[in-house]
Amino acid sequence: MSYLNLSLTLIFVLIPFFLSKHFKLGLEKDTVIAAVRSIIQLLAVGYILQFVFESESYIFIILMVLLMIGAAVQNARKKGVSIRGITWKLIVTYSFIEILTQSILIGLKIIPPTAQYIIPISGMLIGNSMVLSILFLNRFTSEVENRRDETELILTLGGTTKQSIHHSLMAAIRASTIPTIESQKTIGLVQLPGMMSGQIIAGADPVQAVMFQLLIIFLLLTTAVITSIMLGFLSYPSLFNERMQLIKSNKIKR
Amino acid sequence: MFTYAEEVNCLSEKDSIAIKLNNINYGTKNVEILKGITGNIYKGKITTLVGPSGSGKSTLFSLLNGMRSPQTGTIIINGKNINEFDPLQLRREVGIVLQKAVMINGDVFKNLSLPLSLQGKTLAKDKAIEYLKLIGLNESFLHRQAADLSGGQQQRISIARSLINEPPILLLDEITSSLDQASQHEIEQLISNVNKEFATTIIWITHNLQQAVTIGHDTWVMVDGKLVESGSSNLLENPKSDEVKQFLKGGDK
Repeated sequence: MSYLNLSLTLIFVLIPFFLSKHFKLGLEKDTVIAAVRSIIQLLAVGYILQFVFESESYIFIILMVLLMIGAAVQNARKKGVSIRGITWKLIVTYSFIEILTQSILIGLKIIPPTAQYIIPISGMLIGNSMVLSILFLNRFTSEVENRRDETELILTLGGTTKQSIHHSLMAAIRASTIPTIESQKTIGLVQLPGMMSGQIIAGADPVQAVMFQLLIIFLLLTTAVITSIMLGFLSYPSLFNERMQLIKSNKIKR
Repeated sequence: MFTYAEEVNCLSEKDSIAIKLNNINYGTKNVEILKGITGNIYKGKITTLVGPSGSGKSTLFSLLNGMRSPQTGTIIINGKNINEFDPLQLRREVGIVLQKAVMINGDVFKNLSLPLSLQGKTLAKDKAIEYLKLIGLNESFLHRQAADLSGGQQQRISIARSLINEPPILLLDEITSSLDQASQHEIEQLISNVNKEFATTIIWITHNLQQAVTIGHDTWVMVDGKLVESGSSNLLENPKSDEVKQFLKGGDK
């Protein structure tokens, strides 16, 4: 696509702009900001990627991945501030997923060890893991709150902290991974996955594109399950102190 | 023949103390809840704990079975400092039953088994039936869903459940408050039997002053986070301090 063609696509920004103006929806400013930000951010990424691809240096690949992990942690930790040490717990989780998946992919020669493959796949996995961890943290917090009676009962009967929180943990893990699994059941029926569409538009063989998409959705399954399980087991101990007492146990009345 | 209570009274003072509290203070960031509680709970006795709402009775319970720790002061349970207990062991030795009988999903047997299943052990069916009989329910209840039972039945199950660990000390937090008169009497009878049969030391928080006198050997009166009077339960009939007189006059509203 040439820059001329790209500038013509601005028509699709002008349409909502003028419609908003006509109907006084008040979305003009946001439309412009969104368009400008997309242009700057994506072009910047494009040029950075081009540079990294051409440099053929692993240092830049690693730097890119670290940057992605950093941005994802920054985003997700806002949702889990009540959990002690959430930042490093997220860093450990995302790094583990990245190392595990890339070792399998590259180790078994499923993908070639080049930036062209490693970076986009890492981006998809870390992004997915980030969404999953936010889902998980939300759910875990509310499950713990809802099942407080049960947790306290088990503790008072001499159960361990892990036993007392077990049902909340499992419910949160299940609830946060279900959307990933469910969405994969209908994949391809309604809309074609973005990556696959992109490849087809860029001229790739549709069957090749499908095979890559399958690789991605299977990777996303692993990512989803590992993210919530790892984060779950890393974060539940911070709900208790060393005397196995629930911290902030405000439910017990005076 | 001596009754159990008389027998323990023959023991030396030190051996007869189940719980020794020394200057216990506990508070949250904003409120001081317990203020310098000092006192002894005697082995094999039923001590009733009364006082206005918000006087810190339930908080005291949560300290005794290690769900919370006091900021200052020492708690000695059967001669051993509470901090030297493994928290799991402590909670198995100091059982607690709350006003709200929390049932886990499943049948009565699963609920009764819980204390043992948490330790990876199983509850023998005979034993479960024995406990059911103790609380006045027959064998047919074993496989009824706990959620389907009445409040009084659930409360009895929760008492039996906390007895499975065979705790030498049992804390009861307003366990009859939400029950009708008949269930209330049955539970009083049950607790009295447990106390006699297993020589369990019992502390019972109640709002029912008549219950406090008839059931209790000893009584503690707490007002505003302080232990204002303690001794034989008939202290309620002849209170010394003004705070207790005022509390008794106002009932507990």
